[in-house]
Amino acid sequence: MWDYISTRLDAIGFSAWQHLSLVVQCLVLAVVIAVVIAALVYRSPALTSVANSVSAIGLTIPAFALVGLMIAPFGFGVTPAVVVVTFFAVLPVLRNAIVGLGGVDPALVESARGIGMGRLRTFLRVELPMAWPVILGGIRVSAQMIMGIAAVAAYVLGPGMGGFIFSGLSRLGGAGATESIVVGVVGVVLLALVLDLLLVGLGRLTTPRGIRV
Amino acid sequence: MSDTTTTIEQPSAEVSGRPIRLDDVTKRYPGQTKPAVDGITLEIPAGKVVMFVGPSGCGKTTTLKMINRLIEPTNGRIVLGDEDVTQIDGDELRRRIGYVIQAGGLFPHMTVATNIGLVPKMLGWSKERIAARVDELLELVSLDPDTYRDRYPRELSGGQQQRVGVARALAADPPVLLMDEPFGAVDPITRQRLQDELIRIQEEVQKTMVIVTHDFDEAVKLGDWIVVFEEGARIVQYDTPERILAEPANEFVENFIGSGAGLKQLTLRRVRDVDVADAVVVKPGTTGKDALQQAENAGHGHVVVVDDRERPLQWLSRRQLSRIDVIDARLDPALPVVSGAATLNDALDTMLVTSVGAALVTGRRERFEGVIDVETVMEAIRDARANAANSEGAPVGMNSGSIGLTPSLIAAGEAAQAAHAGDEAATATATDDARADHTERGAAG
Ligand SMILES: Nc1ncnc2c1ncn2[C@@H]1O[C@H](COP(=O)(O)OP(=O)(O)OP(=O)(O)O)[C@@H](O)[C@H]1O
Ligand SMILES: [Mg+2]
Repeated sequence: MWDYISTRLDAIGFSAWQHLSLVVQCLVLAVVIAVVIAALVYRSPALTSVANSVSAIGLTIPAFALVGLMIAPFGFGVTPAVVVVTFFAVLPVLRNAIVGLGGVDPALVESARGIGMGRLRTFLRVELPMAWPVILGGIRVSAQMIMGIAAVAAYVLGPGMGGFIFSGLSRLGGAGATESIVVGVVGVVLLALVLDLLLVGLGRLTTPRGIRV
Repeated sequence: MSDTTTTIEQPSAEVSGRPIRLDDVTKRYPGQTKPAVDGITLEIPAGKVVMFVGPSGCGKTTTLKMINRLIEPTNGRIVLGDEDVTQIDGDELRRRIGYVIQAGGLFPHMTVATNIGLVPKMLGWSKERIAARVDELLELVSLDPDTYRDRYPRELSGGQQQRVGVARALAADPPVLLMDEPFGAVDPITRQRLQDELIRIQEEVQKTMVIVTHDFDEAVKLGDWIVVFEEGARIVQYDTPERILAEPANEFVENFIGSGAGLKQLTLRRVRDVDVADAVVVKPGTTGKDALQQAENAGHGHVVVVDDRERPLQWLSRRQLSRIDVIDARLDPALPVVSGAATLNDALDTMLVTSVGAALVTGRRERFEGVIDVETVMEAIRDARANAANSEGAPVGMNSGSIGLTPSLIAAGEAAQAAHAGDEAATATATDDARADHTERGAAG
């Protein structure tokens, strides 16, 4: 086992980095998309329930199937991986963003409008910061989830730790197959832990003292 | 305004407020047949405090929020100073009008300083200017800048939050301040302190203030003028607190005032506004016999002993004097003293605990000025009632097609209508509805 790792340290490190980078970039993209969608729908009860249903149903789609489906339009490579990972990343963030924005005290919004803050300014300066801790909760859930999904994305030759898992699986029983799978799985779990710690740190930095619990 | 109107003294400070005029303003919420605000025409004089009172759901909040166009009027005009602001950009308008809601409406994720600096920042002030202004405002609302500047709202008491809310509203020095039940969420003692504080701040800043309240006593205490509304924001009476107490326009207002209108009037007048009685004054060292002689000559039952700076020390009856050799310079700790700035209510309170039913009045530097007794207070109440009958200079307040206003208001209203006759056509629908509404009500009653 140690032999396996020590001889491939470079490759493992590179894959880990690729994996993390894919997840983080997709996550950032997903947060932007989710917040924009939430901002558009949270005032309307009808649109809110549509968005919530979509995110609930979306989460039931098997990642592997979706990855397979993406081959037809996007071929193999990074693009289908990004699309699938981002799609799943959006769902928990969207749900929490809607809850968070909907939970902002209407008196604060009235107060903001009353002192002459425009709609956009009210959203960016008051509603979004107030909803941020809840949104961040969604981001953490998302991050854990897409770590695994990003590994599945290696099936379409996307970057990351998934490569070790698939190559191990394809030659099961052969030399180093088990080691390969273990490296892939443990690597993903470790990365997930690291990212979660980073997100907790981000939460500390971005949540003002006045609303920290 | 009658000369008994002394609700808020206005010493040196300059009036920085501007008048507001609502001109036949109507608000009809979608899906409702009756308008929430029915063709109101209301003049709010510059630098005065106007209180909106009325039963729940009568349209006070709606009327208030149409002034800064948080709620857009269905029709009518809003005039600030001499500028028609009905069509200008709402956000820009609201930066020029202070707005305070219950519990202050502070943003919990921003420090006190950031909260207060929001409007100046939007107006593009420099950092230094904002910081200086924040400190100045914290001083104004009696919060130490060094202690409170960097706190978050949750690190403040309810009363302190409310003060910061007022400071934030005043940040860019707006001519007008709107408050919707500003003290509704604090306990009665804090509320009283905040009210006193607001009176003091108003003496300093002289803004035009419109305050919605549920509490008639608060309206009497804070208001230069009170508007009593009934459903549909129909003005039942728009008058000084004195006159509303002395001459409620109808039973509705009477019920609204509640019991004890006479007692409420006492909070409106200050001891220095009434005539105090003379007294025989002696210095310590006078013999009891001399003092007694002086009291008898003047036909008084008591003498007041004052120190060399004329501050009262003792108040001695003839009987006490007859037992004293030489009057000493002792200060009687139970001496009933009220300052000229105290309300007649306070004075009455003080004199009821003394056996003589009177109190000593002191002026500047606690100098003795005279004696106030229960009869003087009664006289003041009678006076207030008589004086209140004269309502000259009342601002305009009416609804289109309204009936049942006090005559002076109707006269004033007619004048205003004549002045804006040109606008009549545009609001004819609202007027007709209002009439129909009234007929209905009349028939029902
Ligand atoms: N956004 C709204 N949509 C529809 N109707 C409304 C809306 N806001 C207020 N109303 C109605 O308009 C009327 C006046 O409401 P408003 O809030 O001005 O009353 P208020 O005098 O401030 O009452 P309160 O003393 O209870 O605060 C009420 O009948 C209310 O139901
Ligand atoms: Mg209200």
